[in-house]
Amino acid sequence: MAEEFKPGCARPTGGPVGSEPVKEDAATSSQDESMKGGNKSMIMVGKKAPDFTAPAYHRGKFINVALSDYLGKWVVLCFYPGDFTFV
Amino acid sequence: MSAVADRYSEFQDLGVEVLSMSVDSVFVHKMWDEHELSKMVKGGIPFPMMSDGGGKVGTVYGIYDEDAGVETRGRFIIDPDGNVQGYEVLTPPVGRNVNESIRQVQAFQHVRNSKGSEALPSGWKPGKLTLKPGPDLVGKVWEVWKTDMARD
Repeated sequence: MAEEFKPGCARPTGGPVGSEPVKEDAATSSQDESMKGGNKSMIMVGKKAPDFTAPAYHRGKFINVALSDYLGKWVVLCFYPGDFTFV
Repeated sequence: MSAVADRYSEFQDLGVEVLSMSVDSVFVHKMWDEHELSKMVKGGIPFPMMSDGGGKVGTVYGIYDEDAGVETRGRFIIDPDGNVQGYEVLTPPVGRNVNESIRQVQAFQHVRNSKGSEALPSGWKPGKLTLKPGPDLVGKVWEVWKTDMARD
């Protein structure tokens, strides 16, 4: 399951599983073309949820989460605009 | 997120794991939880608050607003096989209705437990009439199901 990590000075990142990991000097690297604007498609219901990994804060710890860790369980995945916003 | 956290035990009772995600860093998540959310929900946020800097995951899910640099209010229900059963996406100013998320989970679980033999009409919630699709029901739904059953 989720493993704890020790944060360094770089902001921890994750991303879709299968895509190129972000390098430390990410400022110059280009994103996967399929994920750039103009080629967006909405999720299809009944189809696989795209797997991803992401750093997370969970009850006082920093952990790495992979959606695939949750296979076998129901998951409600909630995106929201930002911490300290009003709604 | 506090509204979801407030109902966390109900999600747990349904065997549901909750995950939240925004473009904020895990450091900001910690501060938000400690300084504000823990004052709204006892013990703070009980589920992992994930960070998606750059919106890469949000982009794949189709809810990242590139112009604003934030994720919109997308909520996805994922079944134990990893399939998306439903989603809802709202623009930032309007919050979700957690009751509806719970109702949808209960409905999808009911269908799954029936191995697809039952279908749930509009407004269904636990205890309400279900339909068993088959040749005999074709053209006869009106006999067993009335539109006012969709109301609360």
